Amino acid sequence: MAGQADVNQRPESNGSAGAEPSPSTVRSYLLNCGSSALADRAFSGLMLVCALSIFAIVLLILVELISGSKLTIQKFGLPFFFGSAWDPVNGNFGAMPFIYGTVVSSILALIIAVPLAVGVAIFLTEMCPDWLRGFLAFFTELLAAIPSVVYGLWAVFVLVPLLRQYVDPFLIKTLGWSGIFAGPNYGIGMFAAGVILSVMILPIISSLTREVMSAVPHAQREAVLALGATRWEMIRMGVLRNARIGIVGAVILGLGRALGETMAVTMVIGNRPEIVRSLLAPAYSMASVIANEFSEASDPLYLSALIEIGLALFIVTIIVNALARVLVWAVTRGAPARGT
Amino acid sequence: MASTLMPPPLRAGASNRFLRVVVNHLATAAAVGSTILVMAPLIAIFAYLLFKGASSLNLAFFTQIPKPVGETGGGMANSILGSGILLAIASLMGVPIGIAGGIYIAEFGRNGRLANMVRFTADVLNGVPSIVMGITIYTLLVAGRGFSALSGGVALGIMMIPTITRTTEEMLLMVPLNVREAALGLGVPNWRSVLSITLRTASPGVITGCMLAFARVAGETAPLLFTAFGNQYWSTSLNQPIAALPLQIYVYALSPYDEWHRLAWAGALVLIVLIVVSVALVRYVAGRGVLKGAS
Repeated sequence: MAGQADVNQRPESNGSAGAEPSPSTVRSYLLNCGSSALADRAFSGLMLVCALSIFAIVLLILVELISGSKLTIQKFGLPFFFGSAWDPVNGNFGAMPFIYGTVVSSILALIIAVPLAVGVAIFLTEMCPDWLRGFLAFFTELLAAIPSVVYGLWAVFVLVPLLRQYVDPFLIKTLGWSGIFAGPNYGIGMFAAGVILSVMILPIISSLTREVMSAVPHAQREAVLALGATRWEMIRMGVLRNARIGIVGAVILGLGRALGETMAVTMVIGNRPEIVRSLLAPAYSMASVIANEFSEASDPLYLSALIEIGLALFIVTIIVNALARVLVWAVTRGAPARGT
Repeated sequence: MASTLMPPPLRAGASNRFLRVVVNHLATAAAVGSTILVMAPLIAIFAYLLFKGASSLNLAFFTQIPKPVGETGGGMANSILGSGILLAIASLMGVPIGIAGGIYIAEFGRNGRLANMVRFTADVLNGVPSIVMGITIYTLLVAGRGFSALSGGVALGIMMIPTITRTTEEMLLMVPLNVREAALGLGVPNWRSVLSITLRTASPGVITGCMLAFARVAGETAPLLFTAFGNQYWSTSLNQPIAALPLQIYVYALSPYDEWHRLAWAGALVLIVLIVVSVALVRYVAGRGVLKGAS
């Protein structure tokens, strides 16, 4: 508000400046710099247009994807998302195997990542010595900055052989009876995708959880400790309880990441559009079917089916991310900025 | 409220106290253990990358283009150039628009409703899968016209905008109000005050924010799959498909040839070094504060 009042006063001083007998050097310098109400107006207008471009991008994505998927929306309607046929040759498309693959691999990633991420956040905020904290925080930040394709490369050449040789046989032996870990052990498949996804979403969940936990006031911790609680009881009752909404937000944000993750998943999930009970079997995800088949899709209906999958992915991630932001903002609003 | 949270054991006997101490130690061990478990893959990835990448990196990698299947040697020089061109297009598009958007939120919108909506939408847009951006740009620019470097650059540029908008805004908000008032008090027009005073004061932070966005999109593969598409040969034309480092790593990683795997590792190392350097730079500058002694 104060800034706007200043802007409104500018033309006055400007107009009267010409009538002044002898403007000071500073003033005359400034007047020669081309100040005018028009420039101010134009400048703020330009900035506004750039800020509005954010909305334009969302709108652009929505319009392009909807118009691109018109064919399948008209032909299949809503049942498109429940059909499990994927037959480009005969023009029969259903997105269910991909939705299943995306959802299951993401949930698997959350199951692995969330306890670990919260553990790391607890360690970093409540237990870690100062000299180590900066170092570890930097490391987790680094983990978040590694490109997806490099994770994929590592997964293909290190993680998958490791799973195939050691982890998968163990899981088949101990949990094989359930049918969840059964069948031929390829190494690649839903489980490998879940593991690499968990490595990828860990940093984001743990750094946001850390932020939310740091926002809990110190008085809260001291109060619980003063009542005779052990450190763990203090963390559980004084910190986690207060931060839980924000932690849920962080987890949902991680889910959003996992749902849309493309390259690393494509490289290890096995790319087979089937719904199989065993997690060790190859599967497919929404993002990876687009990545794999988009440039080969010559038929308009085929292309439209892939674009519709993209549209569904876009809408779901928008909703998930919006929900997560609202939850995180609700907790950290008014809290001191991170880092201090 | 707090009293209802307190469990009865606090008043109970020694055995309960023992149990609580044990649980405390177990929880501590779990937190330390999970930290170690999380750090292990990162160290493993880095160690493996350094080991594999460094042993495959040579001069040819930076000077030659890929050789046909079966021949040893060759490099990714055209991919490095291609990534450079793509990132230049992306920066030309994303940096000015992103900074301007940030200026609007911090200087004109402040806590207004519109500014909050822009801020929120930018955060949400940051989480949109990059492959979705790839399809959008495909239907917008590529369909009917063919793959091109320009479309790849635009896809990356759009992805930079929300990140830069948010970091610029955060950095500008750290500049004290006094600085703006001093400028306006001297009779400096508002636009000039924003550009030459506020933005200039915050420039180290703004620049590092841009570098962070740059590093993020430098590793993006998904939006380039059906825009820049990749190219085995030298190409600098904006209307032709162009090679890019992440794309080439992806193609080579999935190929059945050892020689190509070797090049993929070398490419990954180059990419990571680029990104680590910019992230480290960002942390260094952010750690020093935007303004010496003021913030």
